[in-house]
Amino acid sequence: MSGHLVSPNLFELTRILMDGILRILSDAIKALAPVGSPVEPLRGLGDAILTPWLVDLLSWLVAITIMVTWVAAILLLTFMWIERKTYSRLQDRYGIMLSVWSLPFWPFSWLARRRHKPTHKGLGWLQNVADGVKLVQKENITPAKADSAMFHTAPVLIASSTVLIFAALPFSEGFVIADVPLSLLFILAAFSLAPLGILIAGWSSNNKYSLIGGMRAAAQLMAYEIPLLLAVIAIIFYSGTLNVIGIVKGQEVPLAYLGPIAIPAWNILSIPQFLGFVVFFVAIIAEMERIPFDIPEAEAELVEGWVTEYSGMRFGLVFGFKWLRAIAGSALVVILYFGGWSGPVWVTLTPTVGATVIPIPIVPHEVWFLLKVFVVFLVFVWISWSVPRVRIDQILNIGWKRLIPLSLLALILAALFVLFAPLPGGIR
Amino acid sequence: MAEFWVNMGPQHPMTHGLWNMRVKIDGETIVDAEPEIGYLHRGYEKIMEVREFQKNVVLTDRLCYVSSVTWSHAYCLAVEKMAGIEVPPRGQWIRVVSLEIQRVASHLMWLAAYGPDLGLLTGLLWALRERELFLDLLQLLTGARMNQNFPRVGGVRNDLPPDFDKYCRKVVNHFMKKLDEYEDLMHSSKIFLMRTQGVGRISTADAIDWGVTGPNLRACGFDVDLRRKEPYETYEEVDFEPQVWRGADGGDSYARFACRFGEMRESCKIILQAIDKAPSGPYRAKAPRRAEGEGFARTEDSRGEALFYVIGDGDDRPYRVKIRSPVFCTMAATPLMLRGNKMADVVAILGSVDVCVGEMDK
Repeated sequence: MSGHLVSPNLFELTRILMDGILRILSDAIKALAPVGSPVEPLRGLGDAILTPWLVDLLSWLVAITIMVTWVAAILLLTFMWIERKTYSRLQDRYGIMLSVWSLPFWPFSWLARRRHKPTHKGLGWLQNVADGVKLVQKENITPAKADSAMFHTAPVLIASSTVLIFAALPFSEGFVIADVPLSLLFILAAFSLAPLGILIAGWSSNNKYSLIGGMRAAAQLMAYEIPLLLAVIAIIFYSGTLNVIGIVKGQEVPLAYLGPIAIPAWNILSIPQFLGFVVFFVAIIAEMERIPFDIPEAEAELVEGWVTEYSGMRFGLVFGFKWLRAIAGSALVVILYFGGWSGPVWVTLTPTVGATVIPIPIVPHEVWFLLKVFVVFLVFVWISWSVPRVRIDQILNIGWKRLIPLSLLALILAALFVLFAPLPGGIR
Repeated sequence: MAEFWVNMGPQHPMTHGLWNMRVKIDGETIVDAEPEIGYLHRGYEKIMEVREFQKNVVLTDRLCYVSSVTWSHAYCLAVEKMAGIEVPPRGQWIRVVSLEIQRVASHLMWLAAYGPDLGLLTGLLWALRERELFLDLLQLLTGARMNQNFPRVGGVRNDLPPDFDKYCRKVVNHFMKKLDEYEDLMHSSKIFLMRTQGVGRISTADAIDWGVTGPNLRACGFDVDLRRKEPYETYEEVDFEPQVWRGADGGDSYARFACRFGEMRESCKIILQAIDKAPSGPYRAKAPRRAEGEGFARTEDSRGEALFYVIGDGDDRPYRVKIRSPVFCTMAATPLMLRGNKMADVVAILGSVDVCVGEMDK
């Protein structure tokens, strides 16, 4: 029994939904245009909207909308909130505290006053919404000497290529838009499209800081793409598939038993993959442009790097996409090394409803996955806010001289381990 | 890529204040650098000629707004030497206390600025958190958090408040523990060492030639603590270790960092000794209104050697005042430190020399 909520998958779920809605709509049209009435030809429309390809198309659109809303609105804001709240606590302060009681209009302001609610002592999740609203209101300034077309294309390219990742990135076996055979390759390809946009943004701004930032981004992201992919190849030796769902399935089997507790065969629990994990983890921090590897927008020396000239919501796009990449990066770490959505303790209840036995998942796959992703992201945040920024030459040194040899070692070890699979003692 | 000039300032996150560092870069490497200063020039030396001796203390407070007491103290010292005023011992000890509290507060402000320079925002908030305690001490002593207007020609404005030694001990003991935390955050961070070690190196000979003083010169391994070499007030009676870089390869950002960092510990020691040793008695001598002659005083400011040269012509205002600002001289030497380093090192170097634009532009 699969333990995921979105079952059997997102598309099927939305298709059932769409089918129901369209049937009701069709019936309504037919009821409004009875046979013999002057609007009788409308009955043809009622039949037409039940055409299978139309239902399929609408279902796809709805599925995509659900995914984008989930990722780019809910999850993105949550990630921002986690980061801002966590680093605030690291820095001995409360951080964002805007709550629904802070909203300056009825009924919230009215209720807050009546119930003597402190208006700025909430959890602060709404602060990011408020920041977004502020950014939308601001003026979009295009520098006079900027290459206007490219300047405006770059944020779109960056944001859209990042959203593209989530076309193939699953949140559980069913919570995925497209389960393609080479989904890992697709995800990594979409992941590495953004540097192109960053370079365009840096160059077209006609600003020295932006240009240096763009060049730095290109150099850094290129250097870290290679160890990232090499570490992924080491994974593929073990999983034998480039499908992320397949990779997670490969990790669900038990590795060993500690009494009644089964230890799953997570990739991190093997020697070569642990090496690969170290490489992947460092490289993904660089790919996400987080401190200590955030030199493309090192605000100390480059003002804001390649983001300098953007303003208004365009700035919001290029600034917020970092968290989208953080979601994708944390999710990739979880999928590749921490068993994806498979929980370490999996409990099902089997009550009998009438004659049928229904296994009810206590903790669904999606929740396990999100929990793991949040923990991985918290580690990223923890690292980001406790170390300084690394210099450009040091970053490239780490990438080319440390990570690539280490990832190659992981690759060779993984190949050897696969070749001599049944090692004594079950070492893998 | 061709070489081009990049303005780092006057409106730039790197500059703590209003000034401009122009760097000529070839790719990422700095070929040449050129500080542009004077944005904050207020004509101090001229303004001081038209104000009475005592009223100038208010002005000298504003020379460096993060290290007010040390600057007005240097001025008072010069006027006292000119007029031949002897400060009573208690006044001298209170001065030492306030100077060292101010030094720690100033160094903490530098540490707070150095963190975000290197991309470590946590350092900023941690350092400002402890700076608050020292500002509280200063507020207790002088009544103000900034621009304290505390030293007077002939002593200090007021006596130590009751229980001041108790508060001092509490703050210093707390701060000593927190300093270990900073060490974990900075000294023992591999990335911090990567960013600071070996960048912005200046040789001892060059540093002396260009007039670099204070912690920046001590970081080259040259022992020039004026509190030891030319003791003023009661510094000869306190026991402290001037922070000099003892290692082989000094003069880099890390050495400057280490010297300043160690100085905070030493200042805490001086504070504790000074509040114990302060004798009872008057804290301020009557200063004459008019004075004639030449007075010259140099002190160990938080950023280097502060020098005041005051001439009086028998009037109640100085005839001429000359200020030697340590940052002004250090700034001339920064192109030497910058050349050949990477662009990201500009912040690692200029953050470590501790720029205060107020005193630099006078």
